[in-house]
Amino acid sequence: MPRHRLATAIAGALCCALLAPAHAATAYVSNEKDDNLSVIDLERMETVATIDVGMRPRGLALSHDNTLLYICASDSDTVQVLDLATQQIIKQLPSGADPEQFALHPNNKWLYISNEDDALVTVVDVESEQVLAQIDVGVEPEGMAVSPDGKWAVNTSETTNMLHWIDTATNQLVDNTLVDQRPRHVEFSLDSKRLWSSSEIGGTVSVVDVDSRQILKTINFQIKGVHPDKVQPVGVRLSADGKYAFVALGPANHVAVVDAKTYEVLDYLLVGRRVWHMAFSPDEKLLLTTNGVSGDVSVIDVAALKVTKSIKVGRYPWGVVVKP
Amino acid sequence: MTAYLECLRGIVAREWLRFVQQRSRFLSALVRPLLWLLVFAAGFRAALGIAIIEPYDTYITYETYIVPGLACMILLFNGMQGSLSMVYDREMGSMRVLLTSPLPRAFLLASKLLATALISLLQVYAFLAVAWLYGVQPPALGLLAALPALLLVALLLSALGLLLSNGIRQLENFAGVMNFVIFPMFFLSSALYPLWKMREASEWLYWICALNPFSHAVELVRFALYERLAPLALGVCLGLTLLFAVLAVVSFNPQHAALRRAA
Repeated sequence: MPRHRLATAIAGALCCALLAPAHAATAYVSNEKDDNLSVIDLERMETVATIDVGMRPRGLALSHDNTLLYICASDSDTVQVLDLATQQIIKQLPSGADPEQFALHPNNKWLYISNEDDALVTVVDVESEQVLAQIDVGVEPEGMAVSPDGKWAVNTSETTNMLHWIDTATNQLVDNTLVDQRPRHVEFSLDSKRLWSSSEIGGTVSVVDVDSRQILKTINFQIKGVHPDKVQPVGVRLSADGKYAFVALGPANHVAVVDAKTYEVLDYLLVGRRVWHMAFSPDEKLLLTTNGVSGDVSVIDVAALKVTKSIKVGRYPWGVVVKP
Repeated sequence: MTAYLECLRGIVAREWLRFVQQRSRFLSALVRPLLWLLVFAAGFRAALGIAIIEPYDTYITYETYIVPGLACMILLFNGMQGSLSMVYDREMGSMRVLLTSPLPRAFLLASKLLATALISLLQVYAFLAVAWLYGVQPPALGLLAALPALLLVALLLSALGLLLSNGIRQLENFAGVMNFVIFPMFFLSSALYPLWKMREASEWLYWICALNPFSHAVELVRFALYERLAPLALGVCLGLTLLFAVLAVVSFNPQHAALRRAA
């Protein structure tokens, strides 16, 4: 009898799973000028709520179990922790001054935070709320990424124009790679072998070999009818299937689609004004972009490589994450 | 009933023959909007996108914006061309041959309007196909939804053409129609620029454009192409089509202009 009940339960669960809409996910967008987050229901494709947070929220990251949301409240000089179940801020982490971007180590515990004003990377244990290390890096640290294998943390410094390689075992700076002007964002490939780094003023994206920490390829962007000065790459996202890299081109109002294997630019997709950061839906069918100046989020259909909708959010949306 | 069908078939067939025999007319009907799309819009480009307006869900290029207006431009030119051929038929006498039919005159004229409209639709879809290849790709369902909207607009503009043709005494006056009907209708509408843009330029310009029936025609088609219904535009187009058609039938006079003067 219990076995029968179990079978029914499983069948029921399966039915629910099958009936559940494809995009039943929630996106959180940080609105830099509104000091809040916009919550987007990806099934209804509209903003359904806002959550007040600290001052000037920018970088966002989900805990690996998708229960907590870390928020860089830059002008409150803290990283806030939002419990997604209760939608309450449960902790404020000692992030150091002006946190802008951060990355969570695969162990779900160590948060690597770049402190823009202090030329530091702060490592915080999110459970004990203790600062584990502070590492000196270049001037104006910004982009931050931890490799999926957990070995490397990489920080970009906007003024020094370098990628700073931090060994996570020792939390020591071990190497630097010079890239084009004003590196804004770094992103590791899933196999931890390649690092993609965008240079906002240089107008390029560099693909770096992780083992040698040398640049393999520099990608340039040209959009017909758009002045090259407006092409300012910021956010980078790599699809899990290894097919595409998406690069947000800032005030060029376009997202570049790059073949992640040949590094060839395939297409440019028109989105809202001054596009900075992006996030995939859990099934990677959708890619969301934050458009700062136009105050909205554009939705890209990844299979069709088409922009299907733009959703109004708050003022100056900056970061975005999607919770399954 | 069969007589009516036979008559309609005959009139449509005649328009079809005229259409296939005047290949240059088809070409010019296609080249005109394509020039606007490929040259005018390309110069404008607005590669950084234009702000979101209904019925669009996201940012669009200028090319995408003007396609519905250019589709309606084909219908506008064809409607007026229809009026030219009406005058021609009248002056050459073939109109009287048509009117020897025992069927009611209103039916004959309505068939004529429908025939012109159907031929116009072919040209519009040929244009939309080229625009699709050029990268302006409305949803597939929208292309289907646009069919009734385009048909209504085609009827509206042919009815207007017919009404005007009643007032034209000579073939040569057609240039006047171009100047005083086609150009103002096209330029003072939402075909080339969104109405809010017109409002930024001047309030009275905005009102002229907002009241222009052609704006409603363009918006009806634009919304339909993106699977939306524009109720106001639909109402205006339906109402005006009826009004123009009735007026055209009532004021219709098949006689040669010279004979008319003699009488």
